[in-house]
Amino acid sequence: MQEKKLSKILLKIAVYAMLAVWALIVLFPFYWMLLTSIKSYGSYNAEFIPKFYTLSPTIENYISAFSAVPLAKYFLNTVIYTVVTTALMLVIAIPSAYAFARLEFKGKNLLFLSFLALMMIPTELVVITNFTTITNLEMRNTFTGLILPSAASVFYIYLLKENFEQVPNELYLAAKVDGTTDFKYLMKVLVPICRPTVVTVTILKVIECWNSYVWPRLITDNPAYYLVSNGIQEIRENGFGRENIPAMMAAVVVISLPLIVLFLIFRNKIMAGVARGGTKG
Amino acid sequence: MKNNNLKAWLYLLPAILFLGVFMVYPLIDVFIYSFEEGYNSASQTFFGTGIYNYQYILRDPYFLQAVKNTFILVIITVPVSTGLSLFISVGLASIQKLRKLFQTLYFLPYVTNTLAVGLVFMILFKKTAYTDGMVNLLINLFGGQSVDFIDGPYWAKMLVLCIYTVWIVMPFKILILTSALASVNQNYYDAALVDGTTKWRMFTRITLPMISPTLFYLIITGFIGAFKAYSDAVALFGTDLNAAKMNTIVGYVYDMLYGNSGGFPSYASAAAIILFIIVLTITCINLLISKKHVHY
Repeated sequence: MQEKKLSKILLKIAVYAMLAVWALIVLFPFYWMLLTSIKSYGSYNAEFIPKFYTLSPTIENYISAFSAVPLAKYFLNTVIYTVVTTALMLVIAIPSAYAFARLEFKGKNLLFLSFLALMMIPTELVVITNFTTITNLEMRNTFTGLILPSAASVFYIYLLKENFEQVPNELYLAAKVDGTTDFKYLMKVLVPICRPTVVTVTILKVIECWNSYVWPRLITDNPAYYLVSNGIQEIRENGFGRENIPAMMAAVVVISLPLIVLFLIFRNKIMAGVARGGTKG
Repeated sequence: MKNNNLKAWLYLLPAILFLGVFMVYPLIDVFIYSFEEGYNSASQTFFGTGIYNYQYILRDPYFLQAVKNTFILVIITVPVSTGLSLFISVGLASIQKLRKLFQTLYFLPYVTNTLAVGLVFMILFKKTAYTDGMVNLLINLFGGQSVDFIDGPYWAKMLVLCIYTVWIVMPFKILILTSALASVNQNYYDAALVDGTTKWRMFTRITLPMISPTLFYLIITGFIGAFKAYSDAVALFGTDLNAAKMNTIVGYVYDMLYGNSGGFPSYASAAAIILFIIVLTITCINLLISKKHVHY
């Protein structure tokens, strides 16, 4: 019996050790980027064997990240792009989710099925024509060209529709008796009741927008319209001079921070939302 | 009723408009493009129709390199990330203390910008005149030779790409697997305990069959995701992936479309359709296998 207890404790220790090792692997790149970003250019390049700490932290890299390259501009562009795209997505998705969940009309099932079928279409297949469309409309290097193709998303319509359907019928009928219009019912009753799902959908879209790279790269070649992903690539290839890695890491920290903060605030919502059907990997 | 019909379509109008213009129309168009030979995007003219675009890209060494890279990446990262995430999730499910903290930490890579954090991996693995880099330091510690993982030999570059890809996809898999493990009915384990079943036997006879649908879902989405790899490679090796011999199929599509080697939407379309066919085939094979092994 004593032996069994001992092996149980040993197993527990092994499990914790393994989990700690993985946590270390996950966190180390974040630590390294923070650490490198506060090392001065001179001291970073003087370390042939990189040090795991620094005794003379500096913010000079952050200053040069904002002054030597237009990081603030990239940042602002991304904020505009993210806010407008997400708002437009909600404007498109909420009414159509409502129509599928609550209204009766001819061809509803067929239309919903075709929406579901669209979920299986990989973006890579439609990007080519969208690129040509936007180019022909002369909307390259505009926010309109960046935003329009990214605004509609079947998956979020689907998530919202599922949630709208769970709201009991009685509420709708009561509102109807009171003479409330459908639109008013949707905005004043349904959306507030389903707020958790609306928030989840919003956050997932914000993450998607903040990290998007391929479409912005195709559609912008004027740095004045770069988003952070393209900005960081530009910084890497032509920015501070190839060897100024501390300044590069400062830019990486600035770009990563908003989403990490968002995640720490909404972590339960984000993880629940992704578990319900996010995809990546 | 007629009134209601009109109203419903009005509510749906924005979605139908956007999806029609930016998804349905492009989907049809991409097939047309892929059969138009010698398409010129400036004058919007082409010589004829046929399968020349497909023949061209199937002979293009850059495309073949991209296919090879993508397949290696898929074959390595899907089993490794699925196995590793299962291992970690089982560990996570067996503890009480610190569980929430670990779960939160493990999810962090999901919310990071792939391009930005890729730069951190680049400097960790890169060998420059000033330093051999963190990873080489570790290798030296164990008596190995320094390798340049970013501009060096092919296998080294592929290794970094695989490591970064696994690091990026793990959060999603761990999250899904932990919630699947948590939903296995405790009664099964209690019954097994009464029978004196060993832990390993409990894992293979209860846990695995119970979570097999989830596991299988992760394998399918893993395959699809890995076949579409692109931005991780850009993050590590820069935008000129052909020169680095590290291009992927999706990267080839975009390079054909735009950039220094771009301006060929027909070749891009043909490559995108070949990718789509590969993914579809693999998914069908997966589904067939699952019929045999998954317990629903």
